[in-house]
Amino acid sequence: MSLKIKQDHARFKNIVRGRIKQNLKKFIQKGELLGKRGGETVTIPLPTIDIPHFRYGHKQQGGVGQGEGEVGSSLGPGQVEPGKGQAGEGEGEHVLEVEVSLEELAAILGEELELPRIQPKGRDRVVATRTRYTGVNTTGPESLRHFKRTYKQALRRQIASGTYDARAPVIVPTHEDRRYRSWKLQPLPENNAVIIYMMDVSGSMGDEQKEIVRIESFWIDTWLRSQYKGLECRYIIHDAVAREVDRETFFHTRESGGTMISSAYKLCQEMIDADYSPSAWNIYPFHFSDGDNWSADDTRLCLEILRDRMLPAVNLFCYGQVESPYGSGQFIKDLREGFDGQENLSLSEIADKEAVYGSIKEFLGKGK
Amino acid sequence: MAKNLPPHLQELREEIEGYARGYGLDFFDVVFEVLTYDEINMVAAYGGFPNRYPHWRFGMEYEQLAKGYEYGLSKIYEMVINNNPTYAYLLEANADVDQKLVMAHVFGHGDFFKNNYMFQHTNRKMMDEMANHATRVRRYIDRLGVELVEDFVDRSLSLENLIDYHSPFIQRKPRARAEGEGEATPHVQGFTTDREYMRGFINPKEYLEAEQKRLDEEQAKQKRFPERPERDVLLFLLDHAPLERWEHDVLSILRDEAYYFAPQGQTKIMNEGWASFWHSTIMTQKALRDSEVIDYADHHSGTLGTRPGALNPYKLGIELYRDIEDRWNKGRFGKEYDECDDLRARRSWDKKLGLGRQKIFEVRRHYNDVTFIDEFLTAEFAIEQKLFVYGWSDKRNQWEILDREFRKVKDKLLHQITNFGQPIIEVVDGNFENRGELLLVHRHDGIDLQPDYAKETLRSLVSLWRRPVNLVTRIEGKGMMLGFDGKEQSERKVEL
Repeated sequence: MSLKIKQDHARFKNIVRGRIKQNLKKFIQKGELLGKRGGETVTIPLPTIDIPHFRYGHKQQGGVGQGEGEVGSSLGPGQVEPGKGQAGEGEGEHVLEVEVSLEELAAILGEELELPRIQPKGRDRVVATRTRYTGVNTTGPESLRHFKRTYKQALRRQIASGTYDARAPVIVPTHEDRRYRSWKLQPLPENNAVIIYMMDVSGSMGDEQKEIVRIESFWIDTWLRSQYKGLECRYIIHDAVAREVDRETFFHTRESGGTMISSAYKLCQEMIDADYSPSAWNIYPFHFSDGDNWSADDTRLCLEILRDRMLPAVNLFCYGQVESPYGSGQFIKDLREGFDGQENLSLSEIADKEAVYGSIKEFLGKGK
Repeated sequence: MAKNLPPHLQELREEIEGYARGYGLDFFDVVFEVLTYDEINMVAAYGGFPNRYPHWRFGMEYEQLAKGYEYGLSKIYEMVINNNPTYAYLLEANADVDQKLVMAHVFGHGDFFKNNYMFQHTNRKMMDEMANHATRVRRYIDRLGVELVEDFVDRSLSLENLIDYHSPFIQRKPRARAEGEGEATPHVQGFTTDREYMRGFINPKEYLEAEQKRLDEEQAKQKRFPERPERDVLLFLLDHAPLERWEHDVLSILRDEAYYFAPQGQTKIMNEGWASFWHSTIMTQKALRDSEVIDYADHHSGTLGTRPGALNPYKLGIELYRDIEDRWNKGRFGKEYDECDDLRARRSWDKKLGLGRQKIFEVRRHYNDVTFIDEFLTAEFAIEQKLFVYGWSDKRNQWEILDREFRKVKDKLLHQITNFGQPIIEVVDGNFENRGELLLVHRHDGIDLQPDYAKETLRSLVSLWRRPVNLVTRIEGKGMMLGFDGKEQSERKVEL
């Protein structure tokens, strides 16, 4: 049955896609669908168009909340929506929130951003098998006998045949009652993948830039995890020198030095050479920087490493340039010139948090 | 689209309605309709009505609701609209226990709509009215094209909050004066006396001068346009902006709808609290079967769950009603109780008055959210419910808890709901600088306007007023006049 609303819906979609009514384009926002995963709230982008009103500035406004917490403790991202809850005309709507799993989130993200499923590199894949106990059978080795099911079966039989006496509950399983665990062999396509995150932590990268990198890598992580079993992650931070760190450090370090991007690329290449043979691994290096490299010489060196060694080995190399008040943003231009039309290199400029979703689409939209 | 209530739901309905009437709830006849999730999403996107004028924003709402449902993030399971008869929608896929809960909840809303004073002026035939609006807008679209009409609707919607939320209850305009009356310049007479020598004493010169000034001002005021600041900006535009006939009609449609929805926004906490109070009372005391307890508890707690950064009106409302009922049952009110400082005595205070039920019925009739919170939110309640004020910390770049002090919590909460949580904007001059420009003033109450939104909204105003529009506001403590003349935005400092 077709609903009246479908017309309005189609019209809205066309506005969002920019087909009609360009004047509304600037009001399109990346609205959010909230989902909860464990204690954490994650958001899924859904475009909305915000009609401008005279209204209070958000950050000055604040509001009243309810719950535990000391004065000064953070409310956490995604928790605050001042101004909402009051506006809106739909009276008496009950809305129930539920939790979503990471796999579902990845599926939603994939659908919203229209991400293609990734084609693993076309090599002969080593197919491993894994044993999973999936069912119950009437025959099998005694070592796999399912005590509880056997017992239940016996109880059922005895009750049905009227030999069960509740006052003297003696259950005697016969041969037919026995139940055994049974298993299946599941083929496991072994396409291993590794993401190597690299981030510029030089003085010009501020907290906001880090936040952008954090959000973006969360989603990249989620998406790639849904595409590969056994995803590994490695983290490299660099200013003038590069070093490998753990996840925690990656997102929280702030250094202050110059920037030599080649140092990170060298380290990354060493990692690939040592641990991740390109024939067995799908490799995804991601590099985030504000694009302010130390010298033209160093940039040349970066391009060399990329061209001669890294790009032939990896599925996709992604470079995301975050906008910072200090960065010159030259590096992305150099890459663009150096690798025009290169298939497995993805470049993206990320102006602010709003731009993250678009950038994810640029990175992962190639289906590599 | 409507399906008649299947027999088992009809039975449930009669059962629940019996309980509701038994508790003294008083509502118009309620029409329940069972809808599929797709249909309920549509109706919800239309703000509860099966028929609205075509506009993309309903499609946007629908998209969000539909996506939320498909991904299992949220689902609507009840909608009810203020109308006579009251319409309510049930989701087809719901289990019986949910249907019972929803019905009980709906009767609560129905009672509130019928009895709360804020709703006394609303159109009780809004179902038909909305359909008429839809027909009128469709007719304009057929005649003039969708782009033109939709653009106008977009711009008008950007002004839809510029109404006077209290106007159904306050006569702000003096009655129209008869022609010629009060035209002559008034002259001060002073107090009259039959003893001529006393005149100078009882009418000192300063007094006469002040009086003359007041009269002159009064006179000047009458020449002003509008005579006094007008909060119903939409009405002012309808009366004075050079609109085409169809534009006038569309704008008045939008204004009608804004006024129809306004009381619902201003009684959100009370209304949801009242409905939740009754579904919980009816379910736990009467309607719940043993086998349904778990599902009921699950869904009840789902609707009343809280998140730190957003106040749940269901939760706040139901707890306040319970608190009031408890206080009036125990006699915890009045001078004697308020002045008692002995904590032990206060805690064990119980005069066994049993006035609670009666009191909450009274409250639901005579209050709106602002007066409700103002009068009944006590310090004890705020502590018990763990209320706090939060704000944005620039230093740490995060939202954080600022304060738990009762006074501040209450002030913030009241501010949040006063004037529907919207800034107060008034038309003060319709012939500003004697050039036919429009001058608006933002009555600043401590919080700045969002500047980019304000500028865009000015643009919408200009397109209706067709002359430059100016807005006086305060930005970061300084008086500012934002202007738009149809081509360029301007900003200049003004003294406030």
